[in-house]
Amino acid sequence: MTPFSYSRAHDAAEAVALGGDAATRYLGGGTNLVDLMRQTVETPDRLVDVTALSAEIEARGEALWIGAAVRNTAVAAHEAVRTRYPLLSRAILAGASAQIRNMATVAGNILQRTRCAYFYDDEGASCNKRHPGEGCDAIDGFNRMHAILGGSASCVATHPSDMCVALAALDATVHLRGQGGERSVALTQLHRLPQDRPDLETILRPGDLITAIELAPLPMARNSLYRKVRDRSSYAFALVSVAAALEVEDGAVKAVRLALGGVAPKPWRASLAEQALIGKPADANSFHAAAEAELEAARPLRDNGFKIELARRAIVATLSELAGDQA
Amino acid sequence: MPIIVNGTEQALPDDPRVSLLDFLREHLHLSGTKKGCDQGACGACTVLVDGERILSCLSLAIQYEGHEILTVEGLASEGALHPLQQAFVDRDGLQCGYCTPGQICSAIGMIGEVRRGVPSQMTPDLLAARVDLTHDELRERMSGNLCRCGAHNGIVQAIVDTYGEQRRAAE
Repeated sequence: MTPFSYSRAHDAAEAVALGGDAATRYLGGGTNLVDLMRQTVETPDRLVDVTALSAEIEARGEALWIGAAVRNTAVAAHEAVRTRYPLLSRAILAGASAQIRNMATVAGNILQRTRCAYFYDDEGASCNKRHPGEGCDAIDGFNRMHAILGGSASCVATHPSDMCVALAALDATVHLRGQGGERSVALTQLHRLPQDRPDLETILRPGDLITAIELAPLPMARNSLYRKVRDRSSYAFALVSVAAALEVEDGAVKAVRLALGGVAPKPWRASLAEQALIGKPADANSFHAAAEAELEAARPLRDNGFKIELARRAIVATLSELAGDQA
Repeated sequence: MPIIVNGTEQALPDDPRVSLLDFLREHLHLSGTKKGCDQGACGACTVLVDGERILSCLSLAIQYEGHEILTVEGLASEGALHPLQQAFVDRDGLQCGYCTPGQICSAIGMIGEVRRGVPSQMTPDLLAARVDLTHDELRERMSGNLCRCGAHNGIVQAIVDTYGEQRRAAE
C-alpha cells in the first residue's frame, strides 16, 4: 500500500469537510477498499473512517431508513427488512461470506468496485477504468463473467453487488450529504453506464457521503424473491441474479418489480420486462415474453453468451415461483 | 485508546497501513491466526471482534481501536483446550492445520449468529423465530472458510459435537 493518513469522522459534517478532495476515500468495513489499496488500484492520500456514523435502522412514517454504516448482516437480520422486504434479506445473504457481511457496510456495498480481473491487475493488464484511454483487455480476453447489457466499447465490467439488485427492484432512495448540503438520488440513477468514461462509476461528486438508504412502503414486496445463479452454491459472485416482486389479481399481473445482477455495469432494473408484463396473464408465456423484451438488447462477448439464456430462464423461473405462491 | 487482544491491552501500530492480521502475527507474535490468500477469499485469518467473526486480512488494525479481539490463542483456559478445539482433535477436523484457527474462530462466531437468530441463505423461513442448525445451514454458514485438505466432514462433525444442542432441539 502507498502511505496514507487515517482519521475517524464523528459526524457527517466533519466527514464531508475532511472528504472533499479527490485523494480522500471514505472507509467503511474495508472489505473492498483495503483489498484495492493493497493491489495499488486505489492509492488514496487519506482515509476518513465513517463507520461511527449513521449505524441505525429506523421507521420514519411508512418508510424504512437504513443508515449508511449499518453492517450487511444487521440489515439482513432486521425484523422489518425480513418482514417487509424479504428480497433484500435474501440478496444480502446470497452475497460474500458471513465474515464479510459482518464487516461490510450498506454504503460500502453500494460503492464497491467491479471484480473484473483485468481491473485488479494493475501491473499486467490494460483497463480504461483504472487508466482512461489505456484500452480494455477484457473485451477480447476472458470475459465469461462480464456484461451482456449496458457495456460499451471501452468497458464491459459488471457491478458485483447482490444487495444493490434488490435495492434497484425496491426503488430505494439514496440520501447524500455533500459540500453543498443534503440531497437524494434514486439508487437506479446513482451508478452510471460506462460509455467512454468507465472510470466515472457514479454521479457522486468529490466529498459526497452516502448517509442512508430509504425504502418506501411496498406491500407487494412481501411476495418477493432473490434468485442467484453462480458457479458454486455459496461464496461466489453471480453469473446471473434476479430480484423480483409480483402482485397478481384475477390471474393477471397487477404490479411487478424486476432487477438483474451479474449482467451489467450497474444494478439493472428490468423496466422493459416490467412494462411488458402489466395486465398480462401471470403465466410462463408472459414471463418468457417479458424476458425477451429485456434481453433483446443483450450483446454477448466471446465467453458469456450463455448468460442470455441463463438470464431468460432465471427470470421465468423466479416470476413463475412468485406467481405460484399466489395461485 | 489501545486495542484489546485476548484480554490484554496493546498499543496500536503507528503506521495505519498495518492490517489487523499483520499486527497480530508480526507485531504481537500471535502466529495462530493464518495468512492464506490475504484478499478475503479463504477465511484462514478469521478472528472475533467483540464476539463477531471478521477477516483480519481485510481490516486495518487502527479500525479496531478500543475493540476486543479474540484469536485462537485466547480460547484455551487454564491449560484446557476450548471444547471446540478438543472436538477438532477428536474428529480429525484438520490435516495440515493451516485453516484450523480460522475454522474454529469462525465456528464460534457462527454459533453466536445462530443463537441471535441471524438467518442464512439456507434458512427456509425468514420469519422463523429461531434458526435450526441443520446440515445445510451449518455448511452454508461455514462456507467462508476453505480447507484444501478436504477436512470439511470432520470440521462439520466437530461443530455438531460441540454445539449439537442447537441441532437436537430442532429434531
